[in-house]
Amino acid sequence: MNQLGFPILSLITYLPLVGAFLVATLGGDGEKSACMARRIALVFSLIVLALGVFLWTQFNPAIAGYQFVEVMPWLSGISVEYRMGVDGISLFLILLTLALTPIAILASHGIKTSARSFFAAMLLLETMTVGMFAATEFVLFYVFFEAVLLPMYLIIGVWGGEKRVYAAVKFFVFTLAGSLFMLLAVVWVWRNLGTTNMAVIAHANIPPSAQTWLFLAFLAAFGVKAAVWPLHTWLPDAYGEAPVPGTIMLAAVLSKMGAYGFLRFAIPMLPNASAMFEPLMFVLGVVAVIYISYVALAQTDMKRMIAYSSVAHMGVIIIGLFTFTVEGIEGALFQMLSHGIVIAGLFICGGVLTARGQSLTLRNLGGLARNMPVFAAALMLFTLANMGLPGTSGFIGEILVIVGALKVNFWVSLLGGAGMVLGVTYSLVLVRAVLFEKYARPDLTGLKDLTGREYAMLLPLAVLVMWLGVYPSSFTHAFDAPIAALVQAHTAALNPHTAIAMVTAQ
Amino acid sequence: MTDFYPLLPALFLAIGGMGLLLAGLTKANATQPVTLSAITLLIAAAFLTLTAPDALLFGGLLKTSLFTRYADTLIYLGAIAALILSLDYNKREGIARFEYPILVLFAVLGMIVMISAADMMSLYIGFELQSLALYICAALARDSVRSTEAGLKYFVLGALASGLLLYGISLVYGFAGTTNFAALGGVFRQGAGLGTVVGVVFVLIGLAFKISAAPFHMWAPDVYEGAPSSVTALFATAPKTAALALFLSVMAGPFAHLTGQWEMLIQILAVLSMIIGALAAIGQSNIKRLLAYSSVGHMGYALMGLVTGTVAGIQASLIYIAIYVVMSAGAFACVIAMRRNGQAVERISDLAGLAGEHPGFAFALAVFMWSMAGIPPLGGFFAKLVVFYTAFNAGYDALTIIGIITSVISAFYYLRVIKVMYFDKGRPQFDKTSAGAGFVMAVGAFAVIVFVAVPGPLMAVAGAAAKALMG
Repeated sequence: MNQLGFPILSLITYLPLVGAFLVATLGGDGEKSACMARRIALVFSLIVLALGVFLWTQFNPAIAGYQFVEVMPWLSGISVEYRMGVDGISLFLILLTLALTPIAILASHGIKTSARSFFAAMLLLETMTVGMFAATEFVLFYVFFEAVLLPMYLIIGVWGGEKRVYAAVKFFVFTLAGSLFMLLAVVWVWRNLGTTNMAVIAHANIPPSAQTWLFLAFLAAFGVKAAVWPLHTWLPDAYGEAPVPGTIMLAAVLSKMGAYGFLRFAIPMLPNASAMFEPLMFVLGVVAVIYISYVALAQTDMKRMIAYSSVAHMGVIIIGLFTFTVEGIEGALFQMLSHGIVIAGLFICGGVLTARGQSLTLRNLGGLARNMPVFAAALMLFTLANMGLPGTSGFIGEILVIVGALKVNFWVSLLGGAGMVLGVTYSLVLVRAVLFEKYARPDLTGLKDLTGREYAMLLPLAVLVMWLGVYPSSFTHAFDAPIAALVQAHTAALNPHTAIAMVTAQ
Repeated sequence: MTDFYPLLPALFLAIGGMGLLLAGLTKANATQPVTLSAITLLIAAAFLTLTAPDALLFGGLLKTSLFTRYADTLIYLGAIAALILSLDYNKREGIARFEYPILVLFAVLGMIVMISAADMMSLYIGFELQSLALYICAALARDSVRSTEAGLKYFVLGALASGLLLYGISLVYGFAGTTNFAALGGVFRQGAGLGTVVGVVFVLIGLAFKISAAPFHMWAPDVYEGAPSSVTALFATAPKTAALALFLSVMAGPFAHLTGQWEMLIQILAVLSMIIGALAAIGQSNIKRLLAYSSVGHMGYALMGLVTGTVAGIQASLIYIAIYVVMSAGAFACVIAMRRNGQAVERISDLAGLAGEHPGFAFALAVFMWSMAGIPPLGGFFAKLVVFYTAFNAGYDALTIIGIITSVISAFYYLRVIKVMYFDKGRPQFDKTSAGAGFVMAVGAFAVIVFVAVPGPLMAVAGAAAKALMG
């Protein structure tokens, strides 16, 4: 058992499942049971959030390996164990999930039809996502990775917008097709390395020829999930059609699963192939940053514009990961957290307008800063963070990625940095169209400012944005050890001679 | 007495079935009590089977081991589920004949005899007993053209399969000089001539008919669609298990030394079944036909384990078939619950809007569909995982990749059912689900969901059963 004496990770993972079961078996229909279901879901998500914060306080940032490890026999016949653990990389992604789920549940106020199923699906989604970040066993990881699809498919398809069926099916088919390639990789690893323990396979010596194929398999699986250009086409549909809470979870948490997969598997396991495909990944990242920023600029719908900006930011994360420098990877990881919080804030702002009966078409909005000043301030803050203004969380991640890229390739750094400028363009267009200009329609003057519930959603996010921006080291100090070890192992694997020299020098 | 004990389940079913036949004749409206008695008999037989020791009976005609007990248990499970489903369905359809549960008992008797067979003769007797009972079941709704057509079609094609099997057996006997499995194994240790191989191929084709592996699957969609749903639920579970178990025991038993000769054939059967199961089901609008093609595909995956010819492979096949039986029984419970205004409806589009009206029903069917598609964390995923793993481990890379690709394609049509239930607007207005169907649905969904938490026992038992078979 781990240092705490109780399986805290499993507890965090499966408590929402208990909640989901409770919500699903709740009797009754209509408004009252919907309200009850929402409360139960909120309580459960807050309890696990508290457990998550407790986990953070107990976490030792000096250790590079997995902590709070849990091992149990599972598929005993074929030598697969149930393994959970966290390190500095997964800790904050788990915390991000735990923090955003209650906010997403708060944002589900508008869900009226079959509300019980909705909240059960949200809690199920939390279980699967946390489980995926906490799994340290490849098969277990795969199970959670795929299982995320089930609740998300229903959330988009049942409670989504007009084209929800198309979006849900596209989302499911894209991700399923991608992840089945990963299944092949799992089976390959299993056969050739004899184990699927992630701590072991991360340092396995895989022949370079096989690495190429494995990398392509991972690219298919994680590239779709992370919406790497050109595998991103499912994303605008899914983000656009999903209900607001679903979009929050998709954009803030689920898109991180892909980047996390690259960081956890592709980079440590396949050093040669990662180095070989580095130029390709840079190109994909840069194209995402520049091309998708232009696409975002061309959008006429607020939700879709934010969705495309999300793809552009994923490009920055991909560039950071494949610099193989401590700065670049830390920047990418930091950007994942920052982007998760910021994008959630932006989509909630969109949700605020939808809740007031407004469509999110930019042409129909405008002038909202006059009668919704607090809303305007919140939207402004998240937009500024989204474009990477110093002092907000977005800045730290982007600057680290650019510094990391600069160490490797000047042009990548320049072009990636250009994305920040383009980010400013579409962000300002968005803000101007929504908050300033003239009222597009007279009924916009009657809109009320934020309600208490909306404060409860936006305030924690705003605080987090500032916290990450002003005092980043309270987060980055946990990254340092695992990422330094990762980069060192990567360099050593590529240059055996330097590794020997380093050992002898010591 | 110890020799007698392993025979008890079979005797129990035979005598009990005849007793029930007499009792049913003497009483009007005997269907319900007879069905309940048949279920009780099956449970008792299951208990006897599970407690029976290994034995070689009748001078080597029958042999019981952990393998036969494993397969028998699955057959009992499938038959019990089908009988529970038939209780209400047959009454509502006006085909509540008391002979049906008795025929099921005799079919089960045939199945356990053919699985325990250690000799070609006893194999054939069991095989025919179950087939004849099932032909009648298919035509149970004798006033319906579809049902009688299904029965006739099943009979003609089944008779052809039996003929091929018998011809194969006679060839094998002619060249090897014996019908006993152990003796055959000894003879084939030195290899086999062309004549024997032809015989083996005929046996194999006869068996492939019974598990509806492609290209011998043509009867399945028509029979599945035409037979009353309660009977289809039986066809999809118990006889499938029995035939697959027989397949395993014949291939890994007397013909174990001829792996080189039959391995390629099984590969072809597996690949064709997976591909046809995946592609042909896409265009179906009738849920029973969809499930028929899906079962063709599932047989392909189950055969993948056998291809390897190892203990791990047999174990994988056994795990697959166990999970398949549960998913299938559950899915057919859902089909049986599809009734509107007292009429059974079978079109997939009839399910539109089900999630709003019957959330539990829709959820259960969604679980079975997802599980059949092999989406984790449901049971069907682990069934596929184990099969893929053993096949890939044994070096069948191409086979594994085909399996993975076909499972993506098949996910498409399973997903469509879920899409219709959850996303499409509609008012199914189904009649109240009968208690039996609800029970089978709930138990099945529970088992499929919970398998991820406790996979150990089933995998261990399947492993031990595979060892018992391979020796």
